Amino acid sequence: MGVAVILILVGVGSVVFHFWSPWWWTPIASNWGFIDDTVTITFWITGFVFVAIILFMAYCTYRFRHQPGRRAAYEPESKKLEWWLTILTAIGVIAMLTPGLFVWNQYITVPDDAVEFEVVGQQWQWAYRYPGKDGVMGTSAVKHINGDNPFGINPDDPNGQDDILVEGDDLHLALGQPVKALLRSIDVLHNFYVPQFRAKMDLVPGQVTFFWFIPTRTGTFDILCAELCGVGHHVMRGKVVVEEATAYQAWIDEQPTFASSLARATTPTGKGVDLVLREPKLEPAKDGSVQ
Amino acid sequence: MATVAPDGSAYVPPAEIEEVDLYHPKSWITKYVFCQDAKVIAIQYSVTAVSIGMIGLVMSWLVRLQLGFPDSFSFISEAAYYQLITMHGMIMVIYLLTALFLGGFGNYLIPLMLGARDMVFPYLNMLSYWIYLVAVLVLIASFFVPGGPTGAGWTLYPPQSILQGTPGSGAGILLMLISLALFIVGFTMGGLNYVVTVLQARARGMSLMRMPLTIWGIFVATVLALLAFPALFVGAIMMTLDRLLGTSFFMPEIVELGEHLKYGGGSPLLFQHLFWFFGHPEVYIVALPAFGIVSDILAVHARKNIFGYRMMVWAIVAIGGLSFIVWAHHMYVSGMNPYFGFFFATTTLIIAIPTALKVYNWTLTLWRGDIHFTVPMLFAIAFIITFANGGITGLFLGNVVIDVPLSDTMFVVAHFHMVMGVAPILVILGAVYHWFPLITGRMLHEGLGKFHFWVTFIGAYSIYFPMHYLGFLGVPRRYYELGETDFIIDSAQTLSANITIAALIVGFAQLVFIFNIVRSASKGKISERNPWRATSLEWQTPEFPPGHGNWGDELPVVYRWAYEYNLPGVELDFVPQNLAPDQVVMTNAKPAE
Repeated sequence: MGVAVILILVGVGSVVFHFWSPWWWTPIASNWGFIDDTVTITFWITGFVFVAIILFMAYCTYRFRHQPGRRAAYEPESKKLEWWLTILTAIGVIAMLTPGLFVWNQYITVPDDAVEFEVVGQQWQWAYRYPGKDGVMGTSAVKHINGDNPFGINPDDPNGQDDILVEGDDLHLALGQPVKALLRSIDVLHNFYVPQFRAKMDLVPGQVTFFWFIPTRTGTFDILCAELCGVGHHVMRGKVVVEEATAYQAWIDEQPTFASSLARATTPTGKGVDLVLREPKLEPAKDGSVQ
Repeated sequence: MATVAPDGSAYVPPAEIEEVDLYHPKSWITKYVFCQDAKVIAIQYSVTAVSIGMIGLVMSWLVRLQLGFPDSFSFISEAAYYQLITMHGMIMVIYLLTALFLGGFGNYLIPLMLGARDMVFPYLNMLSYWIYLVAVLVLIASFFVPGGPTGAGWTLYPPQSILQGTPGSGAGILLMLISLALFIVGFTMGGLNYVVTVLQARARGMSLMRMPLTIWGIFVATVLALLAFPALFVGAIMMTLDRLLGTSFFMPEIVELGEHLKYGGGSPLLFQHLFWFFGHPEVYIVALPAFGIVSDILAVHARKNIFGYRMMVWAIVAIGGLSFIVWAHHMYVSGMNPYFGFFFATTTLIIAIPTALKVYNWTLTLWRGDIHFTVPMLFAIAFIITFANGGITGLFLGNVVIDVPLSDTMFVVAHFHMVMGVAPILVILGAVYHWFPLITGRMLHEGLGKFHFWVTFIGAYSIYFPMHYLGFLGVPRRYYELGETDFIIDSAQTLSANITIAALIVGFAQLVFIFNIVRSASKGKISERNPWRATSLEWQTPEFPPGHGNWGDELPVVYRWAYEYNLPGVELDFVPQNLAPDQVVMTNAKPAE
């Protein structure tokens, strides 16, 4: 009796917690509402099965508890019942997997009108690059990285000269404009994660990864690193500002280009110091401890 | 050939191989220390695994203290925090769960449940334990080297695991990799032994389809481990070479803290594939023995055959096979070719079907049973609930597109703790209550056991169930502290603090369990010979608890499967596997054919 009651309490309590919980998705700010919908479908199917299992067990533990003289039924198997359960489970799985794969296909199919921007990760900060007026980003490589060229942009590539570089500032995106984020790391794995966008992807040194989305709500959102990247992982933060196209364009126009920053860096009186790699907030000592 | 129904013929094949002489210990040292008896090795494995597991438990307390009450514990620095989560994970998954299920339960139960005198390679079996012990000692040694143990996360992803920005990137990571390599060497010795013993040393009449599901679970898990661990082994060796000799298996061109490193051309994703090619089967290396053991506990204490035995066997085999083609579901957002997502999401959700069937069959075993609420049974029932819960959240994460927002959040932490932490450990605890009388001849204290059970079950559920919701909110995992964010509401910290308190309580309840074991081993109630009235062979030995060689003068002969409970027409509610058909007492007093 007691066991059955507690099992029911666990089942009912889980359902109540689910509907009562204030801890839930942050309001979405991208086009990936389909992801939330897939979660909802999965919740209904699996929630039903979970509650059914608990209630069935609660019934069994009450009804078939040991009493003097009780004998269990002898029932090795039931092909019919097992087949039915297999088929029903398979239907449930298909009902969850189909929308999942459908949405995944969208997630990896970048629309033609998506505008590229680049996220560069390093321990433990974010930097961003936009293509300049030519709409094409210059090629880049780790071997080009130095104090004057922290992004490693190929100085001989004409496409790179007008690239817009954002360091130590927020990422800005235009409302309603599909964007393709190109992700690049110069040291270890990172992950570009904005909870309101639902989307995320690792930054992998040695390769360029990507994902796409459409910002659908203006505002300022947190950027977090979601792949363990060393002792400063939790302080690797940033902000993304989603704003109307005009405000976005005005902001873009104020940002330095690769050419202008190189010029500044090479002018003895210039403010070259701006472009020297900022010191990481946490610098590991030789023994691995953090100062 | 599958003799599931009452087996009137009780066919037993003739003996084909003569008995091989067993080794016999000559001194105290060879009897209790460098011992080749699987039962002693099992105890050695278990005590070592539980000891290192207790260290892992204490580490989880420290992790939870930091998460629940950030800024309150100055001795938990950033570096220490990352070292704690890394070592906690590694200890629990490899050095506790794998070692305890296979080295502990495998060694004790395989020979006894199959009617063998010992493992087929006793000397190798002994070596297996001692190498495992060295692996554990090397792991512990990494706490005392400059820089401390590695803080790279239990996944040890390069490049960060061997670079300056990660704690323990000096000696710590090297000792970790060496310890893993040793563990794998030791495990391989034991694992080959378990597989050959299951295939070659079964008693006459013990066909594969008469084996208890415990043995099926351990057997298939061992096969998985033998095939999966080599991937981790080569990964560990390659990373060691990267770290020590400057090779670049996993290391692309890197600028670290403004300095160009001498690496180039390697692939960090290669390590992830190797790691998860091991890592996903590893989940089932832990889960399958738990599946098997819980099936037997349910059958014994519900006085009913496990429902759908054949389906249960094939489900174990199918899950084991499928577990090798789902590994990249850990890597949906790793930057691998995105088209892999279609394949791995499909295989991952297919694996849910045999898994769900196992859950149904466990619950259907309760249906029309005669359920005794013993402590092992309570743990088995709690296992079904926590495993169903953890399996269900696996359907979220396996379905590639849902994984995108949830990966690397607390949802993942909650999921894998529920499914491969809480659920298998509930089985381990239930199994200890179940087999303790066999090992020691004494019962564990039932009142303490029930207290232990309720605190552990309700406590663990209230740790991990709410934690999923922090993941939905977007709370990332592996964060020393959340700091300032716009989206994480203040009440999330309150929830986190409550989770920490629950974790401390559950942890302390395990001390009650340890106390119960230590006390009962010498002062517990003397057990009857077969206190649970079980059918399987381990309870039918001539000596109780079983002695050296297990079976006295004559090996047992098996006439039926292990689930002959409440057979209609039979007087007792169970028929041991080795009871000759003419010995079975029928209710109408007519002897069986």
